[in-house]
Amino acid sequence: MNPKGGEASMVPRERPTSYYGRPIVKPPVWKPEIPLYFFFGGLAGASANLAAAATFAGRPRLARRAWVGAFVGVTVSPMLLIKDLGRPKRFLYMLRVIKITSPMSLGAWLLAANGGATTLATGLNLLLPRRRGGLPEVGAALLGAPLATYTAALITNSAIPAWSEARVEMPFVFGASAAASAAGAALLTVPGDEAEPARALGIAAVVVEEAASKIMLKRLGPLAKAYEKGEAGKVDKAARALSAAGALALLAGGRRGRSGSSPRGAGLARGRRGAKAPAGGGGDPARRAISAAGGALLLAGAVCKRWAVFKAGFASAEDPDQTINLQRERMAAEGRPGA
Amino acid sequence: MSSHLIATPSAETYKSESQPRKGFFTDTSVCIGCKACEVACKEWNHVPPDPQGLTGNSYDNSGELGANRWRHVAFIEQKVSVGIEESPPESFVEEAARQNLVSDGLDPHADEDGFRWLMSSDVCKHCTEAGCLDACPTGALFRTEFDTVVVQEDICNGCGYCVVSCPFGVIDQREGDGRVWKCTMCYDRLKDDMEPACAQACPTDSIQFGDLEELRERAARRVERLHGRGHEEARLYGDSEDDGVGGFGAFFLLLDEPETYRLPPDPVVPTRRTPEVWAAALGAAAALAGGVAASFLRGRR
Repeated sequence: MNPKGGEASMVPRERPTSYYGRPIVKPPVWKPEIPLYFFFGGLAGASANLAAAATFAGRPRLARRAWVGAFVGVTVSPMLLIKDLGRPKRFLYMLRVIKITSPMSLGAWLLAANGGATTLATGLNLLLPRRRGGLPEVGAALLGAPLATYTAALITNSAIPAWSEARVEMPFVFGASAAASAAGAALLTVPGDEAEPARALGIAAVVVEEAASKIMLKRLGPLAKAYEKGEAGKVDKAARALSAAGALALLAGGRRGRSGSSPRGAGLARGRRGAKAPAGGGGDPARRAISAAGGALLLAGAVCKRWAVFKAGFASAEDPDQTINLQRERMAAEGRPGA
Repeated sequence: MSSHLIATPSAETYKSESQPRKGFFTDTSVCIGCKACEVACKEWNHVPPDPQGLTGNSYDNSGELGANRWRHVAFIEQKVSVGIEESPPESFVEEAARQNLVSDGLDPHADEDGFRWLMSSDVCKHCTEAGCLDACPTGALFRTEFDTVVVQEDICNGCGYCVVSCPFGVIDQREGDGRVWKCTMCYDRLKDDMEPACAQACPTDSIQFGDLEELRERAARRVERLHGRGHEEARLYGDSEDDGVGGFGAFFLLLDEPETYRLPPDPVVPTRRTPEVWAAALGAAAALAGGVAASFLRGRR
């Protein structure tokens, strides 16, 4: 203590203040292409898994449409990424090095590798309708799953508190959202019977996404504010409403009741496995339309979810209290001097 | 996890060409807020202007470190007792002289009305474990033979990942240019055995440049001396290798908590969490693949 009764003893300081309220960490410089890429990358990765499973399970129509979805995703993704670069002509510099410490680096390699496998598998499935799957399908699926979740690692491996502290749950939120996207895209084009696995996947994905988000926000504590207030909060509400509505539509558009009293549609025996599959909305135009609408709602929900998470990062970075309080609490919890 | 899995010291990379680690010791207790460092940095490094207008934040009209500001002087006005108040009613000048306040270089702008200035020239910390460098997917960011961290402007493709990876909010993308920029510790001058422009321009030696190890010893002596004179609030920031970034290449002597100066109290490089980050992403990927497969089993029932 200052023997002269100097500053140390005289400064009333309940909690440290920030410098004119200025942020400590920088908000991202990323443009809307990046959350859109999170969506398309997720669509590509999860669709590759859905498509590969459909190929191996002998559901050729679902397989073909899901492969097209994966191909669209993996084609649009690099365009978005390149457009976001400050120097787009230098996009190939991404492949100069490979760095385990950088999700951006591994992600670029993952996207390139998955792009190759998915393109090959899509071509084979479109050209050979009776194909039962092989190495390209396995490769696209194995590379596709991490493609759908690494984008969460990309943002949680950062200095932005509300992203970094969500590092355990965020990949599950993104993975579930990707699964919902893949299911939604498939249901837009595939009739009921064959789309049954996509319907189940879509409903399950919405439930998992909601649960993972809830756990994430709970564990974030005060940092959850970044996701709950402002633009992020509004868009997140919209995302949850869209996804929930989509899941309900999938339920309504699916097989009706388990009592066996459901009307069996005229197009029941469509496809090789049609006879084995439970009666779906295959031939019922109304139910097919409900399913397709549900798929569209899931896609819209997934876009909104990524946008909400993206904007939450800005809100968190721009609030110096989030950065300071997180670090102060950690110091206090670890009993470190200066806490 | 061992931080050294990731942070490669320059000696291992450069072998015989490696140099002693260079650094800055910014002693804010003698900063007079002249901004000569900001000007010298801009002049030497051709950093473009970025007019901010008047901020209303004391004499700080340049905001913070960024692509176009590699040294930034913070101005903090605090209403606190400066110690002289409790002394007999001699004149301020006599009392200050008696306490050697001016020769000690402490609070040169403190008035007897209980108001003090804190001024501090902020700069890139040139971390031992640098978040920007670990994040860079092109290899544009690299560690020099002086153990400093520098962006290669002919490689950077402006992906912006380093911007969110810096725990200090230092590096940023330059508008209209697209690439990221930050302090190079005047890499070109270092190669010619000259000190960085800011350190050379500093009229009070608030910015000291040299071998990091020697600077750390000097800083420890300085803070001890200040403590001995009753200024317990003096503390070093970034001098310890046990912190969340493995120690700063550019560290500080502060007279208040770090956040007062827009500095994080306990910065941690994101890379320390990377194993957890990848484990979660792979776990979620496995769950995704499993979930998709399961939805087909369900469909077959």
